[in-house]
Amino acid sequence: MRVEEHPILGEMKKPNVVEIEVDGEIIPAIEGEPIAAALLAAGKSIFRYTRKRNEPRGVFCAIGRCTDCMMVVDGIPNVRTCVTPVRAGMKIQTQHGLGEFGGPLS
Amino acid sequence: MTLAKNGALSLEELAALPGMPSKERLAQGPVVVIECAQEIPCNPCEAACPNGAIKVGEPITNLPVLAEEKCTGCGVCIAACPGQAIFVIDMTYSEEEATVQLPYEFLPLPAKGDLVDGLDREGQKICTARVLRVLNPKKFDRTPVITIAVPKECAMAVRNIAIRR
Amino acid sequence: MRETEFAIVGAGPAGLSAAIEAARAGVQVTLIDENDKPGGQLFKQIHKFFGSKEHYAGVRGIDIGVQLLHEVETCGVEVMLNAVVWGIFADHTLGIIHDHKNLHLKAKKILLATGASENALAFPGWTLPGVMGAGAIQTLVNIHRVLPGRRVLMVGSGNVGLIVSYQLLQAGAEVVAVLEAMPKIGGYGVHASKLRRHGVPILTSTTIKEARGKGKVEEAITIGLDEHWREIPGTEKAYQVDVICLALGLTPLSELAWMAGCQFDYIPQLGGHIPVHDANMETTVNGIYVAGDVSGIEEASTAMEEGKLAGIAVAEALGYLSAAEAACKKEVVLRRLDELRSGPFGGVRKQAKEQLHQQRCSQ
Ligand code: SF4
Ligand code: SF4
Ligand code: FES
Repeated sequence: MRVEEHPILGEMKKPNVVEIEVDGEIIPAIEGEPIAAALLAAGKSIFRYTRKRNEPRGVFCAIGRCTDCMMVVDGIPNVRTCVTPVRAGMKIQTQHGLGEFGGPLS
Repeated sequence: MTLAKNGALSLEELAALPGMPSKERLAQGPVVVIECAQEIPCNPCEAACPNGAIKVGEPITNLPVLAEEKCTGCGVCIAACPGQAIFVIDMTYSEEEATVQLPYEFLPLPAKGDLVDGLDREGQKICTARVLRVLNPKKFDRTPVITIAVPKECAMAVRNIAIRR
Repeated sequence: MRETEFAIVGAGPAGLSAAIEAARAGVQVTLIDENDKPGGQLFKQIHKFFGSKEHYAGVRGIDIGVQLLHEVETCGVEVMLNAVVWGIFADHTLGIIHDHKNLHLKAKKILLATGASENALAFPGWTLPGVMGAGAIQTLVNIHRVLPGRRVLMVGSGNVGLIVSYQLLQAGAEVVAVLEAMPKIGGYGVHASKLRRHGVPILTSTTIKEARGKGKVEEAITIGLDEHWREIPGTEKAYQVDVICLALGLTPLSELAWMAGCQFDYIPQLGGHIPVHDANMETTVNGIYVAGDVSGIEEASTAMEEGKLAGIAVAEALGYLSAAEAACKKEVVLRRLDELRSGPFGGVRKQAKEQLHQQRCSQ
């Protein structure tokens, strides 16, 4: 959910809305925001599954420290989506385990 | 309920504050009520008052002390308080009603004439309140101050409002 | 190898203040930060700060941030962003990864203003998506303007837990309760009252027992604690929530100080292992200074003052300020720090800081 209006921060500045592809689905995102923010705004909460126990993980620290939010971005695994800015057309995949190189590219 | 236990000042805690006006002063017209009960390093209220009615002094952890005879109830100090602990009460508004000025940093803002819920220090609805004024000038820096009219017996209890949907 | 007079690691409130103070005195300053924007946590602080006029009291953190950035720009500080400092070596050289390249920066003086990281708490279900740090919530809501959920349970009633809860309300979320394991609220009463008058329950002697849900948080189970921190069976309560926010305090990010060989002391009131430092903020390693949360967890307001102190001390040590000029400037800052560290909340930290200073002096 986006916070369009805010009593302190005011109205959101006209964002540059682009499209990104997440597990094959197109979702809107704001250019330059962290990928994780776009995914959470679109209601996605599971970003990856752990290697040993296949447990779901999502955003935990949002400042690039914990690595819970790693996904495969444009074919590169283990990208911390909370500190990686959105570019139009990015292709993002939920990561399984350590992920693999060579997913879809934008 | 106490401030330390659940976040709301008890009547005993309130009565002991140096920022509380006397009953006599309340009966004379608009006056500030400073619900600031802990010695935190803070003093913008002191600087905000054009009449020198609030004194914190040194060290700045002192509790704000009200000089009730100097306070005109102008309400300038409300938005200046980062703790949102300052209110202005006018017990002389009318026969049945008193007014309360309170800070309200939420959207949507009410409009003049709206009926809203009057909430106490624990967020419980205790009365219907009528919005008399909404002030939000630049110098309040996004802390709007709302004036509401409430039944007199609620004036020392209402500290928030909820917009009716 | 590149060289500079004064390298500052971390462009939060402490680092920015140090940079401004030193650069104004004429020092060549390089300010390094791993993020793509300077400001540290300041731009997440949308509330009005406490303090007095000299501490920017009544001004919102975001606006203080804007002001500091403007000053940094106008006084000629070199700002290096997206730059991760990975090492610090004996001759005051920093190993930095910048733009995917490794570089070395040699400095006459170094300030570590690296801040802190959030403490977590392990409980059944705590790894479920939807359990997040309070800093994460602030980042998402106040900077990126995304609400990660609609119904939130806050764990921890220190100032961070109370402030973030209030900010969640402002952004339109519901906070079902704030939990506090201690028998009394940890943060300022005024912050607690702001929440309470919106009907948010603040539950003392209560903690989180479990997070439940399929693939993400759907339910939180809380439980009451007795005076010995034991769970009281039968006091469990279930809340339907989609976010559980952890606000359990901070730990100094002191890896670089360890690496540099600084001596540490364990001071729980300041957040754990703290590099021993003197009143100039200099550690036990010559020419290496600390300021802000890495030198003991406090507030942004104290971090700014400590940064100034370090900046003045460095300018003095490098000969840009005479001893008399420096002493005069320091006195002003020390007085303000003293103000911020008085009263029941700050007094504990004042004592702890003095303990640290004494150790450095007896070296
Ligand atoms: S209401 Fe006006 S006169 Fe009274 S204390 Fe506040 S600023 Fe001063
Ligand atoms: S400004 Fe508000 S919080 Fe600060 S001392 Fe005055 S009444 Fe207390
Ligand atoms: S959420 Fe922790 S690294 Fe991204």
